[in-house]
Amino acid sequence: MPSLIDLRRRIRAVRSTQQITKAMKMIAASRLKRAQERVVSARPFAQRMLQVLNSLATRVDQDAHPLLRMPDQTRGPLLLVVVTADRGLCGSFNSNVIKAAGQFIVSEGRRREVALGLVGRKGREFFRRRGFDVRYDQAGIFQRLTFAHAVDLADAVIDEFTSGRAASVYLVYNEFKSVIAQRTSVERLLPIPRLEGDGGAGPAIEYLYEPQPEEIFRDLLPRHMQAQVYRALLESNAAFYAAQMTAMDAATRNSAEMIESLTLYMNKVRQAAITREIIEVVSGAAAT
Amino acid sequence: MALPTKLLLEIVTPDRALVREEVDEIQVPGSEGYFGILPGHTPLLATLKVGELWYRTGQEKRYLAIAGGFVEVLPDHVTILAQVAERAEEIDVARAEAARKRAEERLARPHAEMDWERARIAMMKSLIRLQVASRARTRV
Repeated sequence: MPSLIDLRRRIRAVRSTQQITKAMKMIAASRLKRAQERVVSARPFAQRMLQVLNSLATRVDQDAHPLLRMPDQTRGPLLLVVVTADRGLCGSFNSNVIKAAGQFIVSEGRRREVALGLVGRKGREFFRRRGFDVRYDQAGIFQRLTFAHAVDLADAVIDEFTSGRAASVYLVYNEFKSVIAQRTSVERLLPIPRLEGDGGAGPAIEYLYEPQPEEIFRDLLPRHMQAQVYRALLESNAAFYAAQMTAMDAATRNSAEMIESLTLYMNKVRQAAITREIIEVVSGAAAT
Repeated sequence: MALPTKLLLEIVTPDRALVREEVDEIQVPGSEGYFGILPGHTPLLATLKVGELWYRTGQEKRYLAIAGGFVEVLPDHVTILAQVAERAEEIDVARAEAARKRAEERLARPHAEMDWERARIAMMKSLIRLQVASRARTRV
């Protein structure tokens, strides 16, 4: 039976852990709010961009642009960009992404090679040691995430693709659904999925173009990619804080339970000790 | 059909929707030169370069520095998607000045693997930001 002092010490330890998890939960909650706002405010830009691209799509030859061209299936390896977080203590956030990436590598890897692009420290720690072909790698960007980070990633990816070192590019990340739900999602970045065109929805507007439509199209596609990547990074960031908040909330509740059962046990031990002492005193008195 | 008398101006960057206002006149830095937009303009799609943008509501003119992006013009509605856009009042003059000095030095001392185009754009950006910032200060 553990001694009273040991039990008290354990309760104290659990309580201080609880304080830490509680504080982390609070911090995650406030960061989540900001991250959520950023996701929302990035939306109009991405949507507008898509609208304009779609209206352009009917006017230009889509095959003409390298970012839209379907490559030969055998030409080169796939590039998979894995977006994880920089830190842990967030439940299954990182392992979900890594698991999804692993499945992708297994199912696609039968047919051809898969190279990796890594964003976030956790993914890097995991994949670095396992001898994958890592083409891009960036960690520590989520503390101060800016559009420039997205531009950097998008440009690197475009370069891999247009130079032919990658036949297509996929992105796996945690999509922010709501505070309690994240969804791991795998998207194809390149070649850019075929644009719909206006599809006759409403009268198409006859624009003047300056410069020529083809040139505008060429200018817009990389920007579109950057906006897509930026959105994914922001979503992953928000999802991270949501996951961390949920995980820390659960941890706080668990430690409250643990303190309760430990306290109960401690009281029992104390009672037993008192009872034993009384018996000793009584039987000692009876003996004399 | 009567021509619209006002323009709804929207300026959106990846980080935020910066402006959403009814205005009378706009001037934007198109990649092939500055041009003005009045209500009733014919539909136009144009790319933008680094430059100064202003819009006028009544007698009041407001200035912004913008870099990269494009503009969609409809007779009563103008949407600008820019990678960077800053109001004149928001520009940190000290930082812009420092950026200009850096860019100047880089251009003055060229070396072999220098990216000329990037250095030139950096220089342009800092100059435009300074110019726009000065407009904010002179206007009362």
